[in-house]
Amino acid sequence: MSSVAVASARRIAWLRRRRAIAGAWSQYRRSRPGMIGLTVLALFVAMALAAPLLADESGLRAVNVIGNEPWSSPADFAPLGTDRLGRSIWTQVVWGSRTSLLVGLAATVLAALIGMTVGIVAGFYGRRAGALLMRLTEWFLVIPFLPLAIVLAAVLGPSIRNIILVIGITSWPSMARLVRAQVLTLKERLYVDRSRALGASRAHLMARHILPGVSGLILASTTLTVPVAILSETTLSFLGFGDPSRPSWGKMLEEAFAQGALTEEAWWWYVPPGVCIVLVVLAFTLVGRALEEILDPRLRERST
Amino acid sequence: MSTRIVLGKLLGSLATLAFVVVFNFFLFRVVEQDPVANLFRGRNLSDAQRDELTREFGLDGSKLEQFWSYIQQTVGLNFGRSYVTNQPVIEEIADKAPATIALVGVSAVLSAVFGILIGVLAAWRRGSKRDYAATTLTMTTYSMPDFWLGMLLLTLFAVVLGWFPVGGISDPNAPDAGIGKLLDHGEHLVLPALTLTVAYLGEYALVMRSSLIETMREDYLVLARAKGLRDTLVRNRHAVPNALLPVVTLAAINFGLVLSGAIAVETIFSWPGLGLATYEALQGPDLPMLQGLFLVFSASVILFNLLADLVYVALDPRVRVS
Repeated sequence: MSSVAVASARRIAWLRRRRAIAGAWSQYRRSRPGMIGLTVLALFVAMALAAPLLADESGLRAVNVIGNEPWSSPADFAPLGTDRLGRSIWTQVVWGSRTSLLVGLAATVLAALIGMTVGIVAGFYGRRAGALLMRLTEWFLVIPFLPLAIVLAAVLGPSIRNIILVIGITSWPSMARLVRAQVLTLKERLYVDRSRALGASRAHLMARHILPGVSGLILASTTLTVPVAILSETTLSFLGFGDPSRPSWGKMLEEAFAQGALTEEAWWWYVPPGVCIVLVVLAFTLVGRALEEILDPRLRERST
Repeated sequence: MSTRIVLGKLLGSLATLAFVVVFNFFLFRVVEQDPVANLFRGRNLSDAQRDELTREFGLDGSKLEQFWSYIQQTVGLNFGRSYVTNQPVIEEIADKAPATIALVGVSAVLSAVFGILIGVLAAWRRGSKRDYAATTLTMTTYSMPDFWLGMLLLTLFAVVLGWFPVGGISDPNAPDAGIGKLLDHGEHLVLPALTLTVAYLGEYALVMRSSLIETMREDYLVLARAKGLRDTLVRNRHAVPNALLPVVTLAAINFGLVLSGAIAVETIFSWPGLGLATYEALQGPDLPMLQGLFLVFSASVILFNLLADLVYVALDPRVRVS
């Protein structure tokens, strides 16, 4: 009998969650900036996925494009011209989207995992352990991000995995702080008390009651971390930490700068990757802010 | 009571600084198992040379002994010698700091002033065309890599139009002293400072806008209006000063950002400050230089956070009471 009761309670919970998600989506659809952001993102994700259809990967290597004229403007070489080695800018932009999106997303997931764990644990185990963890978080918050990332990247060496690691390791603190604040209010709620009184373990409480409660906030804050991660990738690549074997928008800017595109006035080399970065970053920001308005309890209370 | 808060903040900052110093040690000496071999990647090194270098870097002895000598050196502001110039790192940093202080100082102030101004104008006519334009503009500049903005400005104003020099801090033909020298430096400062200002005013504008919108709901603003005060008076005397509080915190965070942003932007404009020094140290890599720069960057950000905290205490009576 009890198993039936548990199953139906679970069913009710699922139904409720499904309804909450459907409700959030219908709210989200009404946000125009949010929908614009989502559309732009969908286009770039499609570009990254369809890269082999849009441009030939072999064109990324200078030996394969010996016939191309270097420094061709878009007027001479469709659609976006060539770089100093005669490689098509369009090919690099298309294939670079994979790296930029991958690094942005992977680094954010890493940061979210660390931030979420630290935030939940710090909020849940009040007092000592919590205070200690938060102190650590404050420390990481204060250390200026870029110098730390540079130093880490310099120590670890240039590769895409290290860039993801470096950005992930340096971007979690603000998320941890946000999650902790939310956990602190959640754990005083009656339903958590009730569950605790019924003998639920801490692990159960955290996984079943606290985590679902903060997941909306985590989603919004994660979405807002992606643009920061993408900009960080750009800067780190520009400073020379990009993976030498993979094109990325940041690396294109680095090469354009280092190889004199500015004095050659070869704007077609560094304008397209920059525009792509701005569009993707802007799109993630728009989506994140729209999500935040729906999912962040503090903003929701404010707007009602 | 207020002194207790100040003292607490001071101790907190010192603890953070201590953490950074310890962290720095681990970063460079423990994570990297063999710095000497790493530094001389691919170069032949005799055992004798190797031992000498190890000793010179303070890498002989146990980790604990290394840690102790590192702490002593750091407290004495001895960060070792640059591998490239063989000058003491602290002197290199002292040489290059003024250029960065000028650039970051000007940009930090200008981005705050213009960001706040844009935020106020946008929030006060919330939902208007002006608000829409201001928000779109600031969100866009906020989404730009700072150095890319620098590349665009450099192309337009220095290469195409030729209004400003393409880089560096002084012209070889410019006068060596007096007003002429200052004007020459100023001319070189315009583009990098403009880049950093535009790149970082967006966040001020966005935060100021939402803070002011929040403040506009307060009862005392309704009262101020009910008293019949003119719109600009309500805005400038009653709304804006209260809405400025969160911006103070942001100023500290942003200072760190502008300082970091200076690394790439100084590189674009060959502005001979700490940012360009960081970029150059990375090419080596010149580890003692990087380490010293990392400490200096961190320490100045910590200092600015402390200042912001103290200003906050002075401005917001609620912090003093609680």
